[in-house]
Amino acid sequence: MNDIVLGIYLPASLIIGISFYFLRKYSSQVLLTIAFIALQWALTVFEFFHRDVIQLVYFTPDALALIFLGVISLVCIPAFYHSFIYFSKHPYGPREQGMFFGAMVILTASLSAAYLSNHIGITWVFVELTTLSASALIYHRRSKLTLEGTWKYIFICSISITLVFIGVLFVTVAAQQQGITDLFYRNLSIHAGTMNVFWLKLAFLFIFTGFTAKAGLVPMYTAGIDAKDKAPYPAGALLASVLMNVGFIGIFRFYEITSHTTIFGWTNKILMISALLSVFVATVYMLRVKNIKRMMAYSGVEHMGIVMLGMAAGGIGYYAAILHLILHSFAKPALFFQFGQIYRTYGSKSVYDVGYYFKYNITGALVLLFAFFIVTAMPPSGMFISEFLVFRSLFESGYLWILILVLILLTTIIWAFGKNVFKMLFIKPVNFDESRLVPIPFSESVSQFILLGLVVYLGLMPPRGLVELINAAISTLP
Amino acid sequence: MINILLITFTITLIYIAMANRLLTYIRLIAFQGFLLFGVAFIELIEINLVNLVFVLLETIIIKAIAIPMFLKYILDKNNITREAEPFVSNFVSVVIVTIIILGSFFLTNVFQDTYVRKIFFIVAFSALFTGLYIIITRRKIITHVMGYMVLENGVFVLSLAVGNEMPMIVNTGILLDIFVSVILLGIFADKIGDVFEEQDVEQLRNLKD
Repeated sequence: MNDIVLGIYLPASLIIGISFYFLRKYSSQVLLTIAFIALQWALTVFEFFHRDVIQLVYFTPDALALIFLGVISLVCIPAFYHSFIYFSKHPYGPREQGMFFGAMVILTASLSAAYLSNHIGITWVFVELTTLSASALIYHRRSKLTLEGTWKYIFICSISITLVFIGVLFVTVAAQQQGITDLFYRNLSIHAGTMNVFWLKLAFLFIFTGFTAKAGLVPMYTAGIDAKDKAPYPAGALLASVLMNVGFIGIFRFYEITSHTTIFGWTNKILMISALLSVFVATVYMLRVKNIKRMMAYSGVEHMGIVMLGMAAGGIGYYAAILHLILHSFAKPALFFQFGQIYRTYGSKSVYDVGYYFKYNITGALVLLFAFFIVTAMPPSGMFISEFLVFRSLFESGYLWILILVLILLTTIIWAFGKNVFKMLFIKPVNFDESRLVPIPFSESVSQFILLGLVVYLGLMPPRGLVELINAAISTLP
Repeated sequence: MINILLITFTITLIYIAMANRLLTYIRLIAFQGFLLFGVAFIELIEINLVNLVFVLLETIIIKAIAIPMFLKYILDKNNITREAEPFVSNFVSVVIVTIIILGSFFLTNVFQDTYVRKIFFIVAFSALFTGLYIIITRRKIITHVMGYMVLENGVFVLSLAVGNEMPMIVNTGILLDIFVSVILLGIFADKIGDVFEEQDVEQLRNLKD
């Protein structure tokens, strides 16, 4: 009985994804989108009422999965809405349009399934599916540059997912020695304490490195940057938020297993190194990047670095890390949706060509300004709270020098980000022809305001249900 | 018998390192598929019929026939020159692949574990690193796909080494994913050939900051 909803969801979303390709009329696309969003929400609501009930053997909606399932269900609504706006302004053939929507549906569904999976192999399968569907989104424009971006994305993600698979094989070695024959996270977690630490270490290295391609951390972050740059902005919004969460979940689930072993301190060191390097790399690129979309993508690398710092520091850091990830998943799509309006106004992605945005699109400019404050974690941004808690956890666990270094790097990022954003808002652009300006209605910015408002609300006054979910998700960590 | 097959597999790695023509690469990858079938067949002789059919499908049909034919098709369609055009000379490649094999040998001997069978690990690691080495040092995009195939073959040997205990459904998913990603890589290599008129990684240097 409990299996029915997920059993319908998976094939139904596949069918909807494929029908997008064949039913190309506008009305049928609207209907299919509504059908998919209804399906997505039906799944989400059902899973919230069936917490920790195993479904179809391989799926369990535990607290962590529920949090991110809720996030993706919220984010996918404006993503589809902005996709329709995108196609009304940028005419593409019905075939490309069908491909795009189909890939969006399959990406959302495979992400949801990857969140819910309770088996390391099933997670692997669905994460690989996200690579395939995301590559269809990146290739959407079919130009030389998108071809290059898609090729690099598929190639790096294929190598990374192979590394994850090698890691899984090492887990198998460790598990078999303890007589465990299946790879459910729960079983591994229970028996982790008795496993051979050598194999676990090897497995953690491979699994962590592999999932960094999705999570956007050093060493494999590069492909994700190109992907977010080259994908159309509604897809970029998904790639920059919910897709990064799946990488985090992959890392977190195995991290949770190692937390019951003697190598826990060692894994924390790995996380710390990767996190520090991520923040550092983000700083370096933020200083020189002039492409707005890539700038936002590097900001994602920075935030994932902060999340991992929280994880590595432990204590209150676990709570802060997950809260930060949730808030980031709402803030970043708002920026990407706003980018669509900037591109329509100026026809360019470069900071040099954009300027005086307040004059041409006042609501859009307000979104941009507000989003800048939110993303750089200035009060009243909810991310201020989560970042502050991350810093507190770093301080409490004695990483004072790391904390100082990170604060300096983050200040540099705020300066670099702010320099570009204020240039876009207030300084006159060069060679901009005002006469061809098409005003952008206020209604297109409403979803961004709602998302940013959510960041403030969830950060400052997190509802009790959310706090309880986060605490449940991290309850097994020491 | 398994040892003979695995050693032959390792020799093909050295052969790939010094092969000049792309067609040789494809033939070697197909040959590796047959070798892997032999290893898997002997290794998994006691398993049931379904698993046997599955392994047959994975090695013979996909690794030894479908993917090599597909790669051959891309070669013919794009008029890719027959030379592999590595960045380094073949002699250096042979030396490096030999070092990789020796390195895997020593690396595996570090494992203080009686459960694992070392020869599988040596061969698997050699194939993994040789695959990566081919990806790094070859100029053509299509050779990247071939390097990825060698890497995947290494992973297959590794999964035999640990006596893969994954359930059927997971195995099927993994097989399908790998197959689709290779096909996708091939399709995009094909498209890159159409758009850029030359299948060279030098063409892919435009996305940067």
